[in-house]
Amino acid sequence: MIEIKKLHKSYPIGKDSLHVLKGIDLHIKEGEFVSIMGSSGSGKSTLLNIVGLLDEHDEGEYYLNGQLIKNLNEKKAAILRNKFLGFVFQSFNLISYKTALENVALPLYYKGIPRKERLKTAMEYLDKVGLKDWANHLPNELSGGQKQRVAIARALVTKPKVVLADEPTGALDSTTTDNVMDLLRDINNDGMTVFVITHEEEVAAQTKRIVRLKDGIIISDELTSKSKAV
Amino acid sequence: MFDIDRWREIFQSISKNKLRSVMSGFTVAFAILLFTLLFGIVSGLSNSFKDAFADDAQNSMFVRVWKTTKPYKGLQTGRRIQLKNNDFDYVKDEYDGKIELLTARVNRNVNISYKNNQDNYSLRAVHPDHQFLEKTIIDEGRYINQRDLKEKAKVIVIGRLVKEDLFGEKPALWKRVNVNGISYQIIGIFSDEGGDNEERMTYMPITTAQMIYGNNDEINSINIGYNPDLSLDEAIAFGNKLERDLRKKLNIHPDDQSALRVQNMAEANKGVGSFMLALYFIVIFIGSGTLVAGIIGISNIMIFVIKERTKEFGIRKALGAQPSSIVGMVVQESVLITTIAGYLGLSLGTYILSQIGDSLEDYFITNPSVSPGIVIGATVVLILSGLIAGYVPAKRAAKIKPIVALRAD
Ligand SMILES: Nc1ncnc2c1ncn2[C@@H]1O[C@H](COP(=O)(O)OP(=O)(O)O)[C@@H](O)[C@H]1O
Ligand SMILES: [Mg+2]
Repeated sequence: MIEIKKLHKSYPIGKDSLHVLKGIDLHIKEGEFVSIMGSSGSGKSTLLNIVGLLDEHDEGEYYLNGQLIKNLNEKKAAILRNKFLGFVFQSFNLISYKTALENVALPLYYKGIPRKERLKTAMEYLDKVGLKDWANHLPNELSGGQKQRVAIARALVTKPKVVLADEPTGALDSTTTDNVMDLLRDINNDGMTVFVITHEEEVAAQTKRIVRLKDGIIISDELTSKSKAV
Repeated sequence: MFDIDRWREIFQSISKNKLRSVMSGFTVAFAILLFTLLFGIVSGLSNSFKDAFADDAQNSMFVRVWKTTKPYKGLQTGRRIQLKNNDFDYVKDEYDGKIELLTARVNRNVNISYKNNQDNYSLRAVHPDHQFLEKTIIDEGRYINQRDLKEKAKVIVIGRLVKEDLFGEKPALWKRVNVNGISYQIIGIFSDEGGDNEERMTYMPITTAQMIYGNNDEINSINIGYNPDLSLDEAIAFGNKLERDLRKKLNIHPDDQSALRVQNMAEANKGVGSFMLALYFIVIFIGSGTLVAGIIGISNIMIFVIKERTKEFGIRKALGAQPSSIVGMVVQESVLITTIAGYLGLSLGTYILSQIGDSLEDYFITNPSVSPGIVIGATVVLILSGLIAGYVPAKRAAKIKPIVALRAD
C-alpha cells in the first residue's frame, strides 16, 4: 500500500537546510496497523505528511497504492487525498462553524456526492463513533474525545485505503485515549490500513507494528504481540 | 456553472461569520450610498438649472427700459425711457446678421368675455417671432403671422387656461370674443411649459394693439433671439454692443444700468455652464474617490478574512479540496457580499433621494436622482472589485501548501 525507498527530506532554514529524513525505507502492506515512535523532532510528522501528500519529499521514491508520487500538482494531490487518504490530527482540525455532521460530510462534498446522500452517509459514520446524538452540535460544544471521534468519522467517511493519524491521542486523557485506540483498532479490523504517530508506549503497544525513528532514520521495526494474536 | 452545494457552502460561511460579512459589506454599502447621494444631489442641481431656463429660448436677449438715474447731455435724472417702433427697426437693420428671431412687445391688461363668462387677462401684443422666443406651443389653429400684422387684424391667440375659463370643454377656435368691448376672432390656442401664468396669457398682433390702445408707436420691450451660430463670447459681446448703441441712440448715460438694460441669456448660460462643469468635475473626483475607498476597504478586509481562514483552507485541502474550489468559493463569496451590499447602499441612496424629492427646492435641488447608467456602472465596478479583492488573496492562499496552512492559527 505504502512503499518508501531511500526517502530524504530537508527544510530550508535561512541559508542552511535542516536534514530531517535521512534515507527512510518503509513498506506498509494493505491492512496493517502501524505506529511510528520517536522523540520530539525525530521527523515523525514530516514522514506522515509526505505519506499523506500534504508535503513533498526531496529524494527517494514513494509509491502510494502502486502509483509513483512525483511532481504532483495541488489538484492531483487533492484528488488522491480525497480518494485514498483519511487524516486524524492531534488538534482535531474541525471547521468551527460547521456542525459535527457537516464536518463529517465535507470530504464527500469534495468527492461530488449529492447532499442528501452525503448527510446520510455522514450520519452513519457518526453513529459508528457513537455520536449520533451530537450530530447537530458545533465543535466547541463537544469534549476533546468527542471532537477526535468526529475527526475519525470524517477520516473514514470516504472509505479511504489508509488512515493517517498524527498523535491522535496527544490531547486526550487516558480513558478517551483508550476509546480512540479502540476505534482505530476496529477500523483496522475492517481491513483499513492505519498509520499512527505517537510517543506514548501504551498507545504504540495497541498497534500491530512499531517503527522507531531517531534523527531521521529508522532504528527498529518490529511486530508487537497484538499481531501474533490474530 | 450553477452549483447549489457551492452556494450552500458560501451562505453558511457568510451567515456563520456574520461580523466578518457585515464588516466587508458595510464598507461597500457605505461607499455606494455616498456615491449615489452625491450624484443624486448634483443631478438635482442641474435639474433646477434646467427648470429655471426651460421657459424661454436659450439664445434670447431682452431689451428693457425704466427711468434714468444719471444726468446726461443736460437731461435730468428720473426721465422715463420709452422704446418706439423706430428703435425696433434700428435693431432690425443694424444687427441683421447677428439676429435670428426678433419681436417687440406691448403689455396690456384686458377684459375678455364670451357669452356669460368674462375675466381679466394679460395681453402681449407681439411679432410672429415671439412664438419661438417664448417657446409657445400651438395646440389648435395658428399663431400670429405677418399678414395679421399688415392688416392689423382683430385676431387673438389664447392660452389653454383662458380657453378653459371661457369655453370649458366646448370648442373655442374661430369663435369671437370681446376684448375690452371690441370683437376679436380666436385664431389659436396654446400651451406653455412656463407654468399656469404663461397659459393664462393672450397674444395679438402688435400693430393691432398699437392702433387700438392709444394709437401710438410705443413698445414695452424688444426680445431678440441671437444667431445660434454665435459663440457664447460673441453673443455676450453682441449684447454689450447693443446695450451701448441703444443707450447712445436714446440719450442715456453709457453706464446707466437702470435706464436701459440688455438681459442676455448668453451670460447666464456661460455662468451656468462653467458652474455645472466645475460641479461635475468635483463630483467625479469625490465620487471616484469614494468608490476607490470602498474597493480598498473590501480588498483589505478580504486579505484579513483570508488570513483568518488559512487554516480552514488547509483542512479543506487535506480533505480533498482542489485549489480552484477554494479560490472559487472565496471569490464567489466576495462578489456576493459586494453585490448585496452595493445593492443595499444603492437602494438606500435612491430611497433617500426619492424622499428628498422637491423638499430641497429652496436649496436649488430639484428631484435629485441617479441615472440608470451611473447605477449600472457603479455596480459593475463594485462586482469587479469584489472579484479582484477576493481573487488575488484567495489565489495566494490556495497556493500555500496544505501542511503550512494547517499549521496556521
Ligand atoms: N516546515 C518546516 N520548516 C522548517 N523546519 C521544520 C518544518 N517542519 C518540521 N521542521 C523541523 O523538522 C524537524 C522534524 O519535525 P517533525 O517531523 O515535526 O518531528 P516530530 O513530529 O517527530 O516531532 C524538527 O526539528 C522541526 O523543527
Ligand atoms: Mg509531530
